Amino acid sequence: MNSRMINRIMVGFYLVVFFAYLFGPLVIMSITAFNTSPYPAVMPFEGFTLEWFRILFADKDMMIGLQNSLRIGVLVVLISVPCGLAGAILMHQVLPRLRNYYYIVVVSPVLTPGVIIGISTVIFWKDFTAATGASFLYDGLILASLGQSSFISAYCMLIFLSRLQRFDHALEEAGLDLGASNAQVFRHILIPYLRPAILSASVMAFLSSFENYNTTTFAILADKTLTTVLAGRVRQGSTPAISALAVTIIAVTVAGTIVYELIKRREDARKAATMRRAQDAERLEMAAA
Amino acid sequence: MLASVGHPFVLALPVVVLAMFLWIARRERRLGLVQGPGYFQRNGVPIGLFLLIAVLAWAVFMIVLPQLFMIELSFRPKLPPSQTFGPRDVYSLQNYHYFLYGSPTSSANWNTVHLRAFWQTIVASIVVTFANFALCYPLAFYMAQVAGAARVRFLLLLLITPYWVNEILRAFAFRVMFASSGLINKLLLAGGLVAEPIDFLGLDVGMYAGLGYAYMLLMVFPLYNAIEAMPKAQIEAARDLGAPWWHIHLFVVMPFARPGIASGCTLVFMLTAGALAAPLVLGGPRSLWFTPIVYDRFYQAFHWPQGSAYALILLLTCIAFVLAVMRIGKLSLVEITR
Amino acid sequence: MTADVELEAVTVRFGTFTAVENASLKIEGGEFFSFLGPSGCGKTTILRTISGFIEPSSGQVRIGGRDMRGIGANKRPTALIFQSLALFPMMTVAENVAYGLRVRGASKSARMKKAEELLNLVALGDQGGKKVDELSGGQRQRVAIARALAVEPQVLLLDEPLSALDLKLRQHMRNELRAIQRRVGITFIYITHDQGEALTMSDRIAVMNAGRIEQIGDGRSVYTAPRTAFVAGFVGENNAMRGKVASVGEGFAVVETPLGAFRGTNPLGLTAGAPAVLFVRPEALHIGSTENACTAATTEVAYEGNLTHVGLRADDGSHLLVLLGGGETRSAPPIGARVGLGFDAADAIVLPPG
Repeated sequence: MNSRMINRIMVGFYLVVFFAYLFGPLVIMSITAFNTSPYPAVMPFEGFTLEWFRILFADKDMMIGLQNSLRIGVLVVLISVPCGLAGAILMHQVLPRLRNYYYIVVVSPVLTPGVIIGISTVIFWKDFTAATGASFLYDGLILASLGQSSFISAYCMLIFLSRLQRFDHALEEAGLDLGASNAQVFRHILIPYLRPAILSASVMAFLSSFENYNTTTFAILADKTLTTVLAGRVRQGSTPAISALAVTIIAVTVAGTIVYELIKRREDARKAATMRRAQDAERLEMAAA
Repeated sequence: MLASVGHPFVLALPVVVLAMFLWIARRERRLGLVQGPGYFQRNGVPIGLFLLIAVLAWAVFMIVLPQLFMIELSFRPKLPPSQTFGPRDVYSLQNYHYFLYGSPTSSANWNTVHLRAFWQTIVASIVVTFANFALCYPLAFYMAQVAGAARVRFLLLLLITPYWVNEILRAFAFRVMFASSGLINKLLLAGGLVAEPIDFLGLDVGMYAGLGYAYMLLMVFPLYNAIEAMPKAQIEAARDLGAPWWHIHLFVVMPFARPGIASGCTLVFMLTAGALAAPLVLGGPRSLWFTPIVYDRFYQAFHWPQGSAYALILLLTCIAFVLAVMRIGKLSLVEITR
Repeated sequence: MTADVELEAVTVRFGTFTAVENASLKIEGGEFFSFLGPSGCGKTTILRTISGFIEPSSGQVRIGGRDMRGIGANKRPTALIFQSLALFPMMTVAENVAYGLRVRGASKSARMKKAEELLNLVALGDQGGKKVDELSGGQRQRVAIARALAVEPQVLLLDEPLSALDLKLRQHMRNELRAIQRRVGITFIYITHDQGEALTMSDRIAVMNAGRIEQIGDGRSVYTAPRTAFVAGFVGENNAMRGKVASVGEGFAVVETPLGAFRGTNPLGLTAGAPAVLFVRPEALHIGSTENACTAATTEVAYEGNLTHVGLRADDGSHLLVLLGGGETRSAPPIGARVGLGFDAADAIVLPPG
């Protein structure tokens, strides 16, 4: 056995341990969702059942929470994506001398613990809505959306910034030069260029909102979302119905990941084909010149 | 000072700052330091307005004002609504005093419960951060420099998937494992290693394991991105020169990956110190973690000003950590948040 | 339709940096006009000022006699071809070409008809449905030209559009650009740092350096009759001998240099005692000639088939270059040989140092 093989075995061992730590708990929890035992347990495996899923979907609070989570998720996408987009575009336009301060302000939510964002959101809007008389805004769903958007907008902005970094500003100028107005350049050139980023920012925003707990638990007031209901249930005691929820979420996530991967593969193949065609055209041209 | 006097200043602060922004912009243009078309000329009126409104709504109403209100509230007493902005609504340090010394009626010198929880939270968060780094660095390096493209893609997918399972469920998974009737105890009992189930949750083992697990991925990604940007030739050159493997990592790879390391550590520390789910789900009755205490100030004691003070203390700690990381790594905020 | 372009005392400043200083010139309608200069000389700034992306700090830009102050890039009768081409990757080739018409509100069928027409003009008739990424470098070039011509500009501005192309293709595109210009008949203003491009394509050339226009003239006059040391040194190869004017005669001056006293034409009428540089083109320097002669040692001989470059080191250590063409090639001296060099005074030019 040479040192190279020892090395490979060590790397393999490490990878196995790492991913066992990553997936082990989730796998074990998933198994308990199918065990008839009233406590989430793997062994003894008393018998296979889907009863826990039935109980889960019959849980009214959970379902109300789920609906609210979906509503908040959509609202967060609608707030965060435009805000993050505007934040990223303005980043290039703010005076260089002030850019740093601007950056600190808009990126600070990323580095602020979620609980604090939740707390400050509630405090501000309670006061603000009372003072302005807009008390209809003092609503758990709206506050949760605003609180989450505070930092999810910043995530979106970072996504847009990294895409904009590769943007050739000559494209905008070319549009203007051909007679387009600023608004037309924005609509026809910048937005289509950012479309992939808008898509991934939307997905990211929705998922981050859906799984958020720290900010939501403060900002949701008397309402509930899936995660806050879940937190309450978990604190009351363990039941395999919770495992069943986890299995459902994991299944959806895995399915989503597979779909995403398939789409990406197709796109990659298309891109490779485009590049091949460009190379072919290049060769033809050189031969002709 | 009366809160009724100070409160308008808090509201006015963003306006003043914005006015200063505008004034500086005007001045730079007048002095000819800035050229080119003006803001609305450049963006057009509709788009220009959209950008401004969106950013102001976000920065002012979702970031700055909420924070300012929280800071202000932390200096005010808890009063019934009828007395808000009344004569008794004055700024003081009493909420911070409470954090240090406890209630004035108690006989203890220090507010030991809260102080200990705070201290323990900070120390544990730092330990968790380092543990995460140690655990994730090899993987990040392996993916960035050793593994082939197809494998990296597969590993990335594996890493992302559990991240979208929410924190509560991830914590719950650890409870299933560590509960007194959980898998680990069952295995230990079956193997005859222990005679009685071990109370892992009461001993906080579950909590720390769960905390360490919760934000691992936020360490892997920045590390991976940073190490990936490193040219392979650099490592080969170092190896050619006969540097031992640990030397290469310590003096070649890690300095190069500094921004990624800083970014991962900052995120993990912030998220761990601010974690609420794992302590709630995995903490035993005697577990001490700071965020549940903050939560209780709000929704058990209903003492919002005190809760604000506690939240601000946590926030300042995180800021201090970020600044320390920036100083140690000689990095800018842009590099850390990339 | 075509239009002339006039710059009157145009100065462009960025903060304390002056990118273009007091540029005045008139480009005639239908002319192929080039700005030639090293990078950073201000030629791109001039182009962007004409196209409307930069407002001059002072001075006036007139297109077709109309003052352009306050008229944005999207309102000027110019079209710009960018160095990066700036083709829209999110659109097909035809959509790219038709974009200018789209923002002018033309109907879809009118747009597509015009796009087809222009794509035919640049020999890309069958490529309209493709994505920009699928094209070769030369094809992209043509799409950029077609896109700019689609808006029927009176002036076409080109910012080093050939710089990304392969050498062979670049030469091919030069001819094509010139042919297109003749066909459409509008003013072309071309920016380049490549003197070969400027000389082969242009009716007239403005040579720029450090924000100033040094000389304006057709290719031949810029090459054979430079009026500043910069132009003499930048356009084509040149041997420079620094010294002082010793005496002047009818249209001639004798320059005292470390290598000896040499006679050359004196177009600017320098007077005795003035510091001066004498320029002789490598092809005007003859080995073995006795007029205006000096000696030098051969250090390098580069044989290129029809031409041979001979590098020499003169006695004061300065480098000289001799170009042997045709039959002369056989007479190239071996490396290390000391030879006499001379030139006809009419082929040398005496200018003040830059």
